[in-house]
Amino acid sequence: MPGMPRRISRDDVAHVAWLARLDVTDDELERFTEQLGAILEHAADVAALDTSGVPPTAHPLPLANVLRDDVPHESLDRDEVLAEAPTAEDGRSCSPHPGRGRVSAAATASSVRTGERRAREVVEEALALVESGDGALHAFNNVLIEEALAAADEVDRQVAAGVDPGPLAGVPVALKDNLCTRGVATTCSSRILDGWRPPYDATVVARLRDAGAVVVGKTNMDEFAMGSSTENSAFGPTRNPCDPSRVPGGSSGGSAAAVAAGFVPVALGSDTGGSIRQPAALCGVVGVKPTYGLVSRYGLVAFASSLDQIGPFAATVEDAALALEVIAGHDPCDSTSIAEPAPSLVAVLGDGVEGLRVGVVRELTDGCDADVRARLAEAVAGLESAGAKVEEVSVPAAAYGLSAYYLIAPAEASSNLARYDGVRYGLRVQGTDVAAMYGRTRAAGFGPEVKRRIMLGTYALSAGYYDAYYGQAQRVRTLIIRDFDAAYRDHDLLVSPTTPTTAFPIGAKADDPLAMYLSDVCTVPSNLAGQPAMTVPFGRGDDGLPVGVQVLAPARGEAVMFRAAAVLEAHAP
Amino acid sequence: MSVVEWETVVGLEVHCELETATKLFCGCRNAFGDEPNTNICPVCLGLPGSLPVLNRQAVEFAMRIGAALHCDVRPSIFHRKNYFYPDMPKDYQISQYDEPINVEGWLELPDGSRVGIERAHMEEDTGKTTHVGTSGRIHGADYALVDYNRAGVPLVEIVSKPDIRSAEQARAYVSELRAILLAVGVSDARMEEGSLRVDANVSVRHAGSDQYGTRCEVKNMNSLRSLGRAVDYEVARQVALLEAGERVVQETRHWDEDDGRTHSLRSKEEAFDYRYFPEPDLVPVAPSPDWVASVRAALPALPAERRVALASRAGVAPADVATVVSLGLDELVTSAIDAGADPRLALARAGNEVAADIERAPSLEAAAFARVLAMEGEGRLTATQSKQVLGELLASGGDPEEIARAHGFEAMGDDALVSVVDEVIVAHPAEADRLRGGESKLTGFFVGKVMAATAGKADGKAVTRLLRERLG
Repeated sequence: MPGMPRRISRDDVAHVAWLARLDVTDDELERFTEQLGAILEHAADVAALDTSGVPPTAHPLPLANVLRDDVPHESLDRDEVLAEAPTAEDGRSCSPHPGRGRVSAAATASSVRTGERRAREVVEEALALVESGDGALHAFNNVLIEEALAAADEVDRQVAAGVDPGPLAGVPVALKDNLCTRGVATTCSSRILDGWRPPYDATVVARLRDAGAVVVGKTNMDEFAMGSSTENSAFGPTRNPCDPSRVPGGSSGGSAAAVAAGFVPVALGSDTGGSIRQPAALCGVVGVKPTYGLVSRYGLVAFASSLDQIGPFAATVEDAALALEVIAGHDPCDSTSIAEPAPSLVAVLGDGVEGLRVGVVRELTDGCDADVRARLAEAVAGLESAGAKVEEVSVPAAAYGLSAYYLIAPAEASSNLARYDGVRYGLRVQGTDVAAMYGRTRAAGFGPEVKRRIMLGTYALSAGYYDAYYGQAQRVRTLIIRDFDAAYRDHDLLVSPTTPTTAFPIGAKADDPLAMYLSDVCTVPSNLAGQPAMTVPFGRGDDGLPVGVQVLAPARGEAVMFRAAAVLEAHAP
Repeated sequence: MSVVEWETVVGLEVHCELETATKLFCGCRNAFGDEPNTNICPVCLGLPGSLPVLNRQAVEFAMRIGAALHCDVRPSIFHRKNYFYPDMPKDYQISQYDEPINVEGWLELPDGSRVGIERAHMEEDTGKTTHVGTSGRIHGADYALVDYNRAGVPLVEIVSKPDIRSAEQARAYVSELRAILLAVGVSDARMEEGSLRVDANVSVRHAGSDQYGTRCEVKNMNSLRSLGRAVDYEVARQVALLEAGERVVQETRHWDEDDGRTHSLRSKEEAFDYRYFPEPDLVPVAPSPDWVASVRAALPALPAERRVALASRAGVAPADVATVVSLGLDELVTSAIDAGADPRLALARAGNEVAADIERAPSLEAAAFARVLAMEGEGRLTATQSKQVLGELLASGGDPEEIARAHGFEAMGDDALVSVVDEVIVAHPAEADRLRGGESKLTGFFVGKVMAATAGKADGKAVTRLLRERLG
């Protein structure tokens, strides 16, 4: 077992910044040295675990031999691609469009399919709500009025022609701004992607469109999905619809707020360490992180590839199930996509939990606030009254989840974010040579949290530190999977709080990255294990703000997870 | 004066572009020489959100290379090699690191020596940068243009063990490797077009030592000739340094074909730290034993076997047929021999005249080749005439007899030749006497006179024979 290296020095940070092609000021160097030191000291927990003989986990699911036939496709149009090339001396201007009913997606789709309502009407209503309400919240980076109306008209034409537009006919949806949309800016709430318009749709976006859904806008987020409050956005924070002085959580805070505010019944987000479940819990909506590989990542701008999953936000468990059925299923464009059809979820929502064995995870519960634990206890009582057998269970290695996560995710991110270099698209800040251009572009384009994680990850992978940090974190990942597997031998499901606290005030943790990271403590283990988990709103905390209960399931256990979620929803106060 | 003998130690890293229809991780066409940036997609441009999916054919080609190099073909994974460069769209290269698909093989050279193969792994190629500016050099260029057509093209990097002991052997290794790659049909393996790229790790040590010296990696050799020159230069440079009491610095050096030297690439303190880690966007490749076995079973005869086969058919040593086999001309030669051609003549004409126009060799019909050799063997064509007929056959095809006739190459029969020879002897009685007296160098004099008198149509061998009959 490798021991932990000495504390990171200022020279180390300078070297890492150079490796990552980030120009840093003396002030930044000072601050980053201190912050990285504190984070690494916390992450050094992982050294405490005996991992001798434990293999590292690079892929959460045991897939192999995903191969493509050697058949050519058409090239992208060169002029379209070259049109995205950075030309301006100092990049393009940065101008996101800040842009606000509650009818379920299921009800909307069924009325549009029967011709009872027109999609145009539904979408106009949603756009009007965004227009009047989002000025105060800033859930959206970009509202797509013309595109949405055109798509709604197309749905109406299909219905008029006797063609079924699909299970989400006319349903307005919002997309986290890290999901690629053809011809429409996809910013990741970062200056570095300034003006970039992808030449393709993410697989999930294409599937939503094929199911008749209408994309009304792209939602605000923590820059590149790095954060737990949506304060790390180049375009300013999103506010929590339940209390605008509070954060909505993050990183998919815009999508959570858009659903919580009633702008749209369904939104998509991405969850790398809790980025769907945590904001859903803090905003009082349903949020799902599916099994790794259930939903294609093709077209999701990568943060940490082995952890990222796309999933839905919805006001109801049924809508979340409906949306997940649409976006799930095998995609040949993603080598880590599970080669099986999407599970059937809506059909099992009424099946109940009679006879199911449920474990309350001690490691994910003990550190939570008393009011949060009280709601969990009520939720457990609800499950028991519905016939489930509930007991406390231990998943020991889950206690090390946060430390492992804050080594693995930044390491992968440091590599995934290397491509933002000013050469092909987005922001370019000119320099005397290409190296200078890299350093200046990346210094100007990335916010402080992204820089912090790029440097943290670069350090965790660098010569001499790989084994102690990244390697050890991957071995701990294996232990976490083993401990979950052990818990699932005697249990069908696990539950815990989704977050240790309710929504915190804007600015409360902005200067203390480590404190911010701790808000992901209940959610990260599922990402490390590649297993599904979802949050269901369950009452309020002492401050009157929403509390979420998290349901965790073994890999591909979405159906049983949704059955329990439906029971919790029915028992929620 | 130095009494130390130095030994050259070379290991070669050869990058070979695979001739798949599409790139390694996307369906873009893998084509050389297309308009820039017309074979591109989100994946090979490294656009945000894009993901790689591995090409089955590329895996199969890599396995073929492994099998042909007697490697252990194993389950493997991909890593990311992180470094910034404008022609690398993701600013990392997807490559194989500590678990490559092929390990521990060997390659046998025509002289019978073996060079060990450390590994042969899969990776993606980069784009191509052209620096534009008045100076024409990287430093001081006004701007650079990048063509991403090549980005993502499948490569196999074949890494030899440091078993090579001379520039000559380095050339023989690459030449043999090239022949193997052509034989197994995975690459066109052209050094000039960059589909075969060779880097050399060169060091020197005292002869007999079991320690390696400090090595330098030499890049930018784009022909076998420059490989040989670069290794010789680099060895001389290192020996000179060591004999002057200086040290060799481990570094990458650039071969300059024009000034015939290697130059240090040190631009600044390039602290390379590639931060390899397993590529999370790809899953392991574990070819089934059946797949590996079928690849091995389908391998064609390799150059080493073909050399033995042709050498035994031609009654010569395997090293004597190396050129012909490396050019894939062994079938042509074998059919000519089968048709009755003199084996040595067939080898000579294939190894020189056909080799000189190798691009057109595939169009040369074995029967026509055999016919030319027969005509030469029968004395109906002189060597010079035979070469000319062969040249035209390669250039534009046709019937050897007709080509010869069109040139007036109808060889002189003995009857006609005898009278010319007799005339020449009569015309030069003094020289004839001297030749009769044993001054054999005068044979050339008479052959020249006969040639002049027949405007080159006489067969030199026949003239010599006739002279010997009369004056010998």
